[in-house]
Amino acid sequence: MKIGIPKEIHQGEKRVATTPEAAEQIIKLGFSVCIESGAGLNANISDEAYKEAGVEVVADAKTLWQTADIVMKVRAPERHPELAIDETELLSENGALISFIWPAQNEALMQKLAAKNVTVLAMDSVPRMSRAQKLDALSSMANIAGYRALVEAAQHFGRFFTGQITAAGKIPPAKVLVIGAGVAGLAAIGAAKGMGAIVRSFDTRPEVKEQIESMDAEFLMLDFKEEGSGTGGYAKTMSKEFIEAEMALFAKQAMEVDIIVTTALIPGKPAPKLITEAMVLSMKPGSVIVDLAAEQGGNCELTEKDQVVVKHGVTIIGYTNLPSRLANQSSQLYATNLRHLLTELCPEKNGVINVNMDDEVIRGTTVIKEGKITWPPPPPKLSAAPAPQTEAPSVLAPPKQPGPFDTIKQFLPLVIGGLALFGIGSVAPTSFMSHFTVFVLACFVGYQVIWNVSASLHTPLMSVTNAISGIIVIGALVQISTPGLIITVLAGLAILIASINIAGGFLVTRRMLEMFRK
Amino acid sequence: MSQSLVTMSYIIATILFILSLSGLSNQETARRGNYFGMLGMAIAIVATVLSDSVNSYVILILALLIGGSIGVKAALKVEMTQMPELVAIMHSLVGMAAVLVGYANFMDSSSNLAGVEKIIHEVEIYIGILIGAVTFSGSVIAFCKLSEKISGKPMLLPARHWLNLGLLIAAIVLGQLFLSQAETGGGTLPLLLMTVVALAFGVHMVMAIGGADMPVVVSMLNSYSGWAAAATGFMLSNDLLIVTGALVGSSGAILSYIMCRAMNRHFLSVIAGGFGTGSGGEAAVVEGEVQPIDAEETAKLLLAAKNIMIIPGYGMAVAQAQHTVNEITKLLRDKGKKVGFGIHPVAGRMPGHMNVLLAEAKVPYDIVYEMDEINEDWAHVDVSIVIGANDIVNPSALDDPNSPIAGMPVLECWKGETTIVLKRSMASGYAGVGNPLFVLENTRMLFGDANATMQAVLKALKG
Repeated sequence: MKIGIPKEIHQGEKRVATTPEAAEQIIKLGFSVCIESGAGLNANISDEAYKEAGVEVVADAKTLWQTADIVMKVRAPERHPELAIDETELLSENGALISFIWPAQNEALMQKLAAKNVTVLAMDSVPRMSRAQKLDALSSMANIAGYRALVEAAQHFGRFFTGQITAAGKIPPAKVLVIGAGVAGLAAIGAAKGMGAIVRSFDTRPEVKEQIESMDAEFLMLDFKEEGSGTGGYAKTMSKEFIEAEMALFAKQAMEVDIIVTTALIPGKPAPKLITEAMVLSMKPGSVIVDLAAEQGGNCELTEKDQVVVKHGVTIIGYTNLPSRLANQSSQLYATNLRHLLTELCPEKNGVINVNMDDEVIRGTTVIKEGKITWPPPPPKLSAAPAPQTEAPSVLAPPKQPGPFDTIKQFLPLVIGGLALFGIGSVAPTSFMSHFTVFVLACFVGYQVIWNVSASLHTPLMSVTNAISGIIVIGALVQISTPGLIITVLAGLAILIASINIAGGFLVTRRMLEMFRK
Repeated sequence: MSQSLVTMSYIIATILFILSLSGLSNQETARRGNYFGMLGMAIAIVATVLSDSVNSYVILILALLIGGSIGVKAALKVEMTQMPELVAIMHSLVGMAAVLVGYANFMDSSSNLAGVEKIIHEVEIYIGILIGAVTFSGSVIAFCKLSEKISGKPMLLPARHWLNLGLLIAAIVLGQLFLSQAETGGGTLPLLLMTVVALAFGVHMVMAIGGADMPVVVSMLNSYSGWAAAATGFMLSNDLLIVTGALVGSSGAILSYIMCRAMNRHFLSVIAGGFGTGSGGEAAVVEGEVQPIDAEETAKLLLAAKNIMIIPGYGMAVAQAQHTVNEITKLLRDKGKKVGFGIHPVAGRMPGHMNVLLAEAKVPYDIVYEMDEINEDWAHVDVSIVIGANDIVNPSALDDPNSPIAGMPVLECWKGETTIVLKRSMASGYAGVGNPLFVLENTRMLFGDANATMQAVLKALKG
């Protein structure tokens, strides 16, 4: 099947849906790939680079859309400014489209696509489960957004991030607060730590505490009991009391920190307002707020979508195209996500996609199947976060109370042993007793000696004891001279067998011990 | 040579044997210890041969030479992975010798004991042959299981405990019969019957024990071979045999105890065979997706790590991967990485099996650690590689009280940053326990033959 990659037409969109490296892999799956001329230019990828990877470059968007069986894009289809026609119209009948769709927000688009009788896979609907991680474009984009948010903040922040002691005086490190420690939040924390800032973070989901602390950032605790984890690893809306306590915490933090990065999003709802105007007022002049929720209305009351504004001396950044501002990097990751999706769709590597609705990952991603809207999918079975295992007690079953029966059981062997010894002592002749003394003493000597043997030498110990127990040869030697053919034969055989043990045991031990070298 | 001189030689031999065993307490003195053992054995044999009671030199020397040369050949030829088999077959030889000596002694009518002493002597013969026969047949079965001539799976007969009890009672009854007949000079038939019963008992006992319990069985048979020698010593009134047998017997007993403790199982439940004697509820079923990884990514992870721990198991021995593992270790150490080996006491099929394999591959023994030495340090480990091991790295031993291996101490590698598990395919280990380690978020599965995948990793590391 032929895969077409058009140039993105959305205002300011610099990403492209495949890179030469990814295309090469896709071609290996049996597909042919064509790309609109200049599609990769904004992401610093030339047409020549695509050609080298075996991609056909098509000059005109219309031909590309109409010849491709599968179209892969970044942004959802919209009206083409030059051709003055909707991209949906360009899509070939019975074709397939893979891109971000946001089906919940774009119902009209969904209807239009369904009317075209096409199959649509939405990269924003990839289910959140461990197997689907490699095609989770939202995570890879969020990662970039988080990183870029910090870079934007640094751009507008008038000071160092890292603390320094210079000849010209001491510079305190910048303090960064990251609200919401999802993928974007964690990426922001990592970038801020990398630049040397002091980082604090808050999240309603308690299970991310460990992740935050593993990045050497401080987890801000809220003295309040409420679990914030929803299904699929996302957060859910919290109770009123919780939000009040949370707001008090933010108000206090706003006075202390220099940079706030907010990433709080609840799926399908406007972003919660977490930073009020009063908090912005209380911040130090020159502080920066980066609002990653600007697309959904912003976490800060004063955020303006796609704008950088300065209010009360605080710079508030509301960019919604942060991944696009790192176009090459995000194209690479997005292209890899798409390639992984194609690998899932085409397990036989024959260049034909098979939208297998029994596969949970493909089922979740597919929003329209041959003209039928299949969104929303049935709820995911597994949460992306592991169930808390650490809390399980490592102690096993409660210790049994030793009853009187157990006490008897404990002493029984000793009692029996003692009685047996007395029994033997009462009947045995002296000659036996002297041997018995030797035997018991030897057992104790053996016990003392063996405990000192290093565990790594247990195999040599076994082979040397093997050799030593060949001492039984003495018994046979003593008997071999006794008259009687059978005895001689038996004893001779015993000598033969035992000497195998002696020679073999000692030699193999020697061989082994020679191997142990520092 | 006079009797006193012989006795004196025996005392010297005894001391040398004790020194030999104590020499094994660490690697530096181990080789010297082995030479002490050889010297002790030589002194004991020479003194006995030269003693007044021995005069059939031709047969004797012939037997010594033939046996000795077979032993030498076996010792030089054996592969280190086959050590458990060799040890098992040697146990059977001791058992066999004990039976032969017992019969020879029984037929020897020259002794002039009477009364209680005679009865005790007969009991000694009886017990000596009994232990010898059990050791012999048990070891032969163990050998067959270890060399996979028969299946390693436990063979559980329906009423196996009753069967064992029946055999025990039969042995006691036959013993009574033997004693009463021996007084009048007979008793050969009960003795032969008892030997058959003992052989059957040995076979049945080891058949019921599974592959992973083999370390216990091998050390237990080691112990039995010692007791067989000691019983022969009593029979012949020979203190050297008694002392040596007791040394070997207690050595094997201690090893069995260490192995049982390492599996958190009671000695009797291992011997009685089969799993699940203690636990009540159902063990948790493991759910989740494994995350595979390929050799190149493994190499990248290793190159990025500073502190690497390798956990070998029986699978490494089966795949003969120890040499490749050593090459990888050398390469990584040359790159300045800290590489260690974590050895679980029951890894492999006999005590210390892994140490010998690693030593054979020339892994320096000072980077090979016991479980107790490293279980505290997992937090500092960047990458741990589990090669052909399963139950010894199973977290459910610690956190699932219903697991069949609950309470067994395990190597807690999942506390490190990343764990790579080499596995042939997704099958559970011997114990039939699902291993939650495989689906943990920081675990990656590297599927394939251990040696082939390690070779691929080595190639990727070099390239």
